[in-house]
This record gives sequence, structure tokens and C-alpha cells, in this order.
Amino acid sequence: MKPFRYHRIKTLQEASHLTQEPGAVILAGGTNLIDMMRLEIMNPAAVVDIQSLPLNQIETLPSGGFRIGSLVRNSDLAFHPSIQKEYPVLSQAILSGASPQIRNQATVGGNLMQRTRCTYFRDGISPCSKRNPGTGCSAEHGYHRSHAVLGISDSCSATHPSDMCVALAALDAQIVLEGKKEKRTVPITEFYLLPQNTPWKETALEPAEIITAVDLPELPEGTRTCYLKVRDRSSYEFALVSAAVVLEFNQNQIQKARIALGGIAVKPWRVPEAEKLLHHSTPSKKLFQTCAETALKGAKPKKDNEFKVELAKRVILHALSLASKTKKE
Amino acid sequence: MELTVTLEINEKKHVLTLDSRTTLLDLLREELHLTGTKKGCDHGQCGTCTILLDGKRVNSCLILAASADQKSITTIEGLSSSNSLHPLQKAFISHDALQCGYCTPGQILSAAGFLNEPWERTTEGIKEGMSGNLCRCGAYPNILTAVQEVLENQKLLNPQKASHS
Repeated sequence: MKPFRYHRIKTLQEASHLTQEPGAVILAGGTNLIDMMRLEIMNPAAVVDIQSLPLNQIETLPSGGFRIGSLVRNSDLAFHPSIQKEYPVLSQAILSGASPQIRNQATVGGNLMQRTRCTYFRDGISPCSKRNPGTGCSAEHGYHRSHAVLGISDSCSATHPSDMCVALAALDAQIVLEGKKEKRTVPITEFYLLPQNTPWKETALEPAEIITAVDLPELPEGTRTCYLKVRDRSSYEFALVSAAVVLEFNQNQIQKARIALGGIAVKPWRVPEAEKLLHHSTPSKKLFQTCAETALKGAKPKKDNEFKVELAKRVILHALSLASKTKKE
Repeated sequence: MELTVTLEINEKKHVLTLDSRTTLLDLLREELHLTGTKKGCDHGQCGTCTILLDGKRVNSCLILAASADQKSITTIEGLSSSNSLHPLQKAFISHDALQCGYCTPGQILSAAGFLNEPWERTTEGIKEGMSGNLCRCGAYPNILTAVQEVLENQKLLNPQKASHS
């Protein structure tokens, strides 16, 4: 680990000011950042520890829904009775990721900001434009079994590793950003940027801005949800493919549907064209199959990750079937 | 950069001057010679370095000592009290829940954390709840039995708490 200045701050203003120092990063739980620093993939000149900020509350919003402070620990969010009851898809997604020890330490904001598990990015030596702009992508002609098939570019096909964020995308979560003059909220799907030819630019976060909360809109009565994740071993492993499904039901009719995919895309991936097919529909296996086909239409697989396209279709089909059978309590 | 941190480790207060890069794991092992906490992968992938931080199980390799200032830590050296082994330690011995023993302190601290978390008290719940700790010898069946036994005893002693899950 390279030397760094360590700042323990007490106010948001202080944190916001210090993050504008060249090479400064925010430290919350640290489960990803400390690993990145030990690998010397990230070598911050200054570490701004924000854990004393009062951002660890889960509150109801006046408009309905919930506001989750960015320093809420992943375990506390997943086991929160209201979250388990109102947003089971979010609890399921969080509990399917990492390990209990990591979830006890990792925060919501940190989960949003975690870096990719691309082995070329993490090895510190291979050409990688995300790590060293302009050096190219080693996965392009290298081994890319774990890489994305959606949203990729010639410069990067690294997947976003989070499970939590896939559920947040299906829930239309809003990211609350503070630190500049204007506090603002950004939909999670717009918070993450496509790699295009600038894969080192990962989020819409601007200098001086800090994630202070995540807002969850209220789900109508009768909404049914499911998070389904497939991986190389049954626990403590990143997704090969995952799907978060949120179906708003009226009687036995789907009114609205939201589907987000993980493990196969460069960011938590929504599929609006596929979702539209389910609006005002009667659930059926045939419809779900068409929906799954549509969701993967834009996929650009390579030789090692071609299997993910068929796998993703099956995961979507299965997740939709499971969700439509799950009545909200 | 050097800085000062105050930690309560196994109920004893320590005021330490450290390099900002020091992790809790390296602090425990290298500075305080509490070598019961083991270093495995040093990347949060094996669970061998598990400790309790303010009562919650965490990987000590992924936490800077600086960011644990004013917090309390329990390691395997501090788990038992007044010369009597912790029920988990006894259960691990009686069920032979180890072979080489390298992962054992982490397994036991992880199980201690697990007992206070709202997991389903089922075989599957224990397996998933203990999935953050790898055992290269493959002593998993006996680890599971040991944790199950402690849970059973806990239920008898404190049925209300056990039914919380």
C-alpha cells in the first residue's frame, strides 16, 4: 500500500472540501477500497474517512418510500424489517452478495462505488484503459468468460459487480448527491456511465459531491418481486447472471414491470423494450420467453462468454415465473 | 503518515501510534502479538482474519486501524472469560470441527457473530451464515454440527431470543 494522508472528518462540508484535493478518495466501510489500495490499483494521496457523518438512518419519506443513508451497513439494510417486508428483492440481492463479514462492514454508498472484478483491471499490469487510460482492453482478445455482453465497447467490457445495485435499478432508486451548491438526485441508471471510449469515467459523481442517501420509491400494493442469481458456486461468489424483477399486479394482470440484469452488463442494466411487453398483460410462459428474448437482443458476446446470453434468458424467464407466483405480504 | 488511535481490545484499552496504512489485522498480529487472529488471503476472501468489531463480525484485513478509532474489538484471545472456554470453543473441540486448525479462530469468531444475527436457525441458514469462512481441510460438516449444538443449547437457555429469527 502506498502512503497517504488520512483525514477523519466531522462535517459534510469538510468532506466535500477535502475530496477536491488531487488524488483524494472517500473511505466509508473500506471493504473494497482497502483491497484496491493493497493491490495498488488505487493509490490515493488522501483518504477522507466519512464514517462519523450522520448518514446511517433508514427513514420513511413524506411522499412514501424510504430514504437509506449512504453509511447504512449492507447487513443492516438487508435485515431491516421494513425493507424485508416492502422491498424483499433488495434484501435478497444484498444477502446474495459477498459474505456476512463484508456486509457487516460495507456501506450502501460503498457498494454503489465498488470497482469491477475484471481480472485484467485487478492484476495491475495488463493493459487496461479503465486503470490506465489509453492502454486498451486485455479482455478484448484475452479470456473474458466473466465479462459483460451488454453495454460494452472496444475499450472495456468489465461488469459492474454489485447485486444490491441490480435490485436498486429494478426499484427505480434515486441516488442523493450533496456537496455542491445544489443538492441533486440522479436515477441509478443514469448514475452509472457507459464505458464508451472513456471507461475510467464510471459515475456521474462530480468533484466535491458525496453520496448521502438512496431513495426508494413506494411500491403499490400487490407488487411482486424476485432476485435470482446464478454463479459458479452456491455462496460467496459474484454473479454470472442475475435478474431483479419488480412486477406491479392488479388482480392477476401485470400493470407495470421492471427488470434489471447483473453479471452480464457494464452497469446495472434495465431492459425497457422487454419490460414494455409485460405492461397490462396476463402472465404466461410464452410471454415471459418473448420478454427474455427481447431483453438480450442487443447482446454482443465473445467466444468465452457466449453462454451468458442463453443463461440470462433462462434466468429472466425463471425470475419472472417466481415473482409472479410470489404475493407481497 | 503517523496517527494515534484508541482501541479497546479484549476489554483492555490501547492507545497506539501507527502508520496510517496499518490494517487491524496487522496491528493485532505484528504490533500487539495477538497472533490468534490469522492472515489468510489478506483480501477479504477467506474469513480467516474474522474478529468482532463493536460486537459485529468483520474481516480485520479490510479495515484500517485508523478507521476503528474508539471502537471495541474481540479476538479469539478475548472470547472466553475467567478461564472457561466459550461454548463455541467447547463445541469445536467436542465435535472435532477442525483439522489443521488455521481457519478455526476465524470460524469461531464468525460463529459468535452469527449467533447475534437474525439468520434462520436452520441447517441451510447456518451454512449460508457461515459461508464467509473457508476451510481448506474441509471440516465443514463438523463445524456445522458444532454451531448447531451451540444454537440448540442457546434455544434451551433463551427461547425468546432464539425464536427472534
